Amino acid sequence: MLSLAGFASLFVAWQAIASSGLVPAPFLPAPLAVAQRFAELTQRPFVGYTIQQHLASSVLRYLLGFGLAAAIGVPLGLAMGWFRWLDEIVSPLFEAVRFVAPIAWVPFAALWFGTGVGGPTLVIFMGAFPPALVNAYRGARFVEPRYIEAAQTLGAGSWRVITQVLLPASVPSIVAGLRISAGLGWQSLVGAELIVASSGIGYLMVKGQSNISTATVMSGMIAIGAVGFAIDAMLRRAEAAIHARRGR
Amino acid sequence: MSEIVFSGVGRMFRRDGREVPALDGIDLTVGEREFVAIVGPSGCGKTTCLRMVAGLEFPSQGEVKVGGAVVRAPGPDRAVVFQQFALFPWKTVAENIEFGLKSKGVANGARHETIARFVELMGLQGYENAFPHQLSGGMQQRVAIARAYALDPAVLLMDEPFGALDAQTRTVMQEELVRLARRNPRTVLFITHAVEEAVYLADRVVVMTRRPGRIREIIDVGSVRRSERWDRFERIEEVMDQASFVHLRTHIWKLLREQQQPNEH
Repeated sequence: MLSLAGFASLFVAWQAIASSGLVPAPFLPAPLAVAQRFAELTQRPFVGYTIQQHLASSVLRYLLGFGLAAAIGVPLGLAMGWFRWLDEIVSPLFEAVRFVAPIAWVPFAALWFGTGVGGPTLVIFMGAFPPALVNAYRGARFVEPRYIEAAQTLGAGSWRVITQVLLPASVPSIVAGLRISAGLGWQSLVGAELIVASSGIGYLMVKGQSNISTATVMSGMIAIGAVGFAIDAMLRRAEAAIHARRGR
Repeated sequence: MSEIVFSGVGRMFRRDGREVPALDGIDLTVGEREFVAIVGPSGCGKTTCLRMVAGLEFPSQGEVKVGGAVVRAPGPDRAVVFQQFALFPWKTVAENIEFGLKSKGVANGARHETIARFVELMGLQGYENAFPHQLSGGMQQRVAIARAYALDPAVLLMDEPFGALDAQTRTVMQEELVRLARRNPRTVLFITHAVEEAVYLADRVVVMTRRPGRIREIIDVGSVRRSERWDRFERIEEVMDQASFVHLRTHIWKLLREQQQPNEH
């Protein structure tokens, strides 16, 4: 309820400032103008595609980049939590690379994988990978030793310890990490599309900007926010479902 | 072959940068299908003894052998029942019992037969699909015992398995363990600080000194149990009423009293 009130007051303030005439319309388009533009973008293609199509191509890249980050980061993190030697090989490399902002990969991403799907996907991957890996690793390292010992005395080898003990015991930590990954990945995606891409929401915004259509830019921002919110809401529900199943 | 042999076993711990002896000169043989209980003051290293047989810790001096081979790693031939049960909270009762069987590569059909048999043996019918947190402590420990026994281990290691249970549940579990041990005898090493439990369950009771843990005395309870025919009695309190039982218990109590720190009186 309170969050709705927050949205409503933001909306009212926005409308008040826009209609006061203090700020010229191109600087801050009024909410109604944005809504109109948004509706228009869903009907008529802008720089090649409708806003849904731009969104679809963004989401495709995002799913690829985030999916790869989760598919590599989680198993690698768990394995690093179990095999000390792997930890010692990977950790220094990882620490050196993780502080490079995902956007900094844009030039190489474009060079290596082009501006279509590959380039932006790499940038998302770079944003989403570290939290996926770190949380799986931490989860695995902090599993209560008695579960690991129980598994070992029951004859489990490394594979079964990782898949049957470290993985399930780390699920809360992994899901928390994936939520951060999802957010960072989505932010990186839009950043990447602002620079390299020939479609997508970020691309739509850049083109809107060069056409001095701030309502288009604003429409893009709203689409980004809405999708980001939806992604987080889904992951939050998944997290809650997992906790409920475990009776906590 | 499942004899457990400690020869000259010592164990050092690092504490504040110094090497502190926790166990010293342990020589002990637990015979095939013998039930040996170790009692001693807390911190005497009795749990460490068990963990060295399990392959979860290793001696600093001497060696621990099981079935003639030096213990180098944990394995399903030496099942462990932990004090805090250590059931996997994300697995159901049936899945917990199944875990070791799967590790051993037992085929699907045989696995389910074994699970069903131990579910019945331990009175867990109807709880197969429950998660551990839905069960009482006593029920959880039944699952843990079933999980260990289902592996058909040559050696069973129990680390204060009833320590976390209330007195009544504990009594029931002790009686059940005796029944189980009669039906499926195993080489058992049982750690406890409850003297009566040790006398009731074990063939021999090992009394340890306080740190560094050494063996103070080994009491042959089995010969008394046979000559006094404790097995006539179904219930633990009847056994505990026997003069022979009281005598042994008091003797062990006295040995443990000697080990108390002066400030513990």
